[in-house]
Amino acid sequence: MTMARSLAAWLGRRALAALVTLLVASILIYGSLRLVPGDPVLAVTGGRRLTPDQIAALRAGYGLDRGLVQGYLEWLGGVLRLDLGTSLTYQSGVTTLLTGRLGVSGLLVAYSAVLAIAFGLAVALVSAVKGGLVDRAASIVAALTTATPTFVAAIGLLALFAVGLGWFPATGAGTGLAGRLWHLTLPAVAMAIAAFGVLARVGNAAFAGELGREHVEVARSRGVSGGAIIRRHVVRNALAPLLTIAGLLVASLFVGTAVVETAFGVDGVGSLLVSSVSRRDFPVVQGIALVAVALFVLVNTLVDLALPFIDPRVTVGGLSR
Amino acid sequence: MTLTIPALRAATAGRRRRRPLGVTLAVAFLALATVTAVLAPVLAPHPPDATSLLNSLAPPGTEGHPLGTDSTGRDVLSRIMYGARLSLLAPLGVVLLSGLLGTAVGLLAARAGGWADAVLSRGMDIVFAFPSLLLAMLVVAVFGPGLTAPICALAVGYTPFVGRVVRSMAIQEGARPYMECYRVMGFGEWSVALRHLLPNMLPVLLAQSALAFGYALVDLAALSYLGLGVRPPDADWGSMIAEARSAILQGEPWSGLLPGLAVILTVVSVNVLGEHLGGAVSGKQRAGT
Repeated sequence: MTMARSLAAWLGRRALAALVTLLVASILIYGSLRLVPGDPVLAVTGGRRLTPDQIAALRAGYGLDRGLVQGYLEWLGGVLRLDLGTSLTYQSGVTTLLTGRLGVSGLLVAYSAVLAIAFGLAVALVSAVKGGLVDRAASIVAALTTATPTFVAAIGLLALFAVGLGWFPATGAGTGLAGRLWHLTLPAVAMAIAAFGVLARVGNAAFAGELGREHVEVARSRGVSGGAIIRRHVVRNALAPLLTIAGLLVASLFVGTAVVETAFGVDGVGSLLVSSVSRRDFPVVQGIALVAVALFVLVNTLVDLALPFIDPRVTVGGLSR
Repeated sequence: MTLTIPALRAATAGRRRRRPLGVTLAVAFLALATVTAVLAPVLAPHPPDATSLLNSLAPPGTEGHPLGTDSTGRDVLSRIMYGARLSLLAPLGVVLLSGLLGTAVGLLAARAGGWADAVLSRGMDIVFAFPSLLLAMLVVAVFGPGLTAPICALAVGYTPFVGRVVRSMAIQEGARPYMECYRVMGFGEWSVALRHLLPNMLPVLLAQSALAFGYALVDLAALSYLGLGVRPPDADWGSMIAEARSAILQGEPWSGLLPGLAVILTVVSVNVLGEHLGGAVSGKQRAGT
């Protein structure tokens, strides 16, 4: 009874914290427009010639003719109705622009996350179990990949596998599921490389830590087979902290799409963000920033919420932070 | 960056004489990078923007151009040396600013406690939840391309990185007997914090700063790669990679891969150094408690 109540209270607190973060982020994103020196409309239009009607519509859309608070509230109201404003360069709604591209970018993030987590944890486990030379080689690979920025990985893969060997296409997103996966392989690998390195290192430390603990020693002396020890005693115990880190990494992949989609000419949310920033297409930048932060917060909150169910030792509400 | 070497000695002195090979290599590479950046006008074999269309896309090893030339015939080695200036200086600015901000916020939260601490800590959590590259792109959208606005934005973005550590250490250290002694002896709160607390936290701050330097370098270079950071005629490693795009598609990737390698080696070095400093510190703390 008390357990259920404390669980509910904890869930409520976590949801509230996520909501507060989103609210503050939305204030920052809206406020960034108001920070612009001079008339915000001039910054929004970015030197483009607009008719007085369009300028009036912009002023109304951003609530610029009203006070800061009221303007924000009206903008937020629009956001909650999924109305993110109108692009200045595409003459169509930001929501429409985003929904058409979220599929490609979502697939890219998912593909990349699967690669990073699968290979990262596999390398971590094998190197922790084998030790010795394998461990040293893995730690060097992990240190190098951790330090490889996505855009450097992207041009390296482009030079080697697209131009040099011609195994994969250099640009575009492809059509059909197979074509799409084939086109997105290099971008996904480029994004996965740094996350792979982090997971391989942190995972190695976590698995090695569990392997050296007494309960593993006891299980071994009882004659439990090696595979069962790794499955039941090592991986399961190390999984919870790894999940938190994996969540953070996956969330950061949303922003990584900006770099790889530009490098590989994929028409997704990330490349739209970059082109909109350089064209100073404010409504689109704000919309994407808002969606990215929302996804970031959502993933981290979901991971936090999942922890007590995966690892019973993480007591609800007793999470030491 | 050479500033960190005495601190590194201090952190490891007496505990372990021999420094791991990786750390020595990292320090050596960072020293080399710093020296070439500072002395680029003296050391570079060519002016960084001297074009020569007859000699474009020369491979590494060409006579007079040890690392080859880019698509307009500019010497890649000289450009990497000059590019090091912005590529290293800009993240240093981020680290110094975020170090100052983070220390101030962390100390303030720890000393004030209660309500103010809760607000500051929650604020840091929120900033932490904001992806730093996105923050940088947002300010570029507001202020236009350039490095100044992203440097300030990243400094704010990395503030929790330092602030959280400073806060928890200040609370931890503040509860120790020697701090109580200083207070009994009549030292003011802030003078104790600045003269006794901060020096004790310095190794941790340096470790965090080294890691933050790596993140900042990657974020700023990515921004320049996307054409949102440094503006021509200035160049950093990120913009050099962006300029090499067409050469890469023609199958002449060197003018893009070499600055990329410079980024990787620098980030590996600061990571190794930061982890070494952090490890030395945590070892010391374990021994102390």
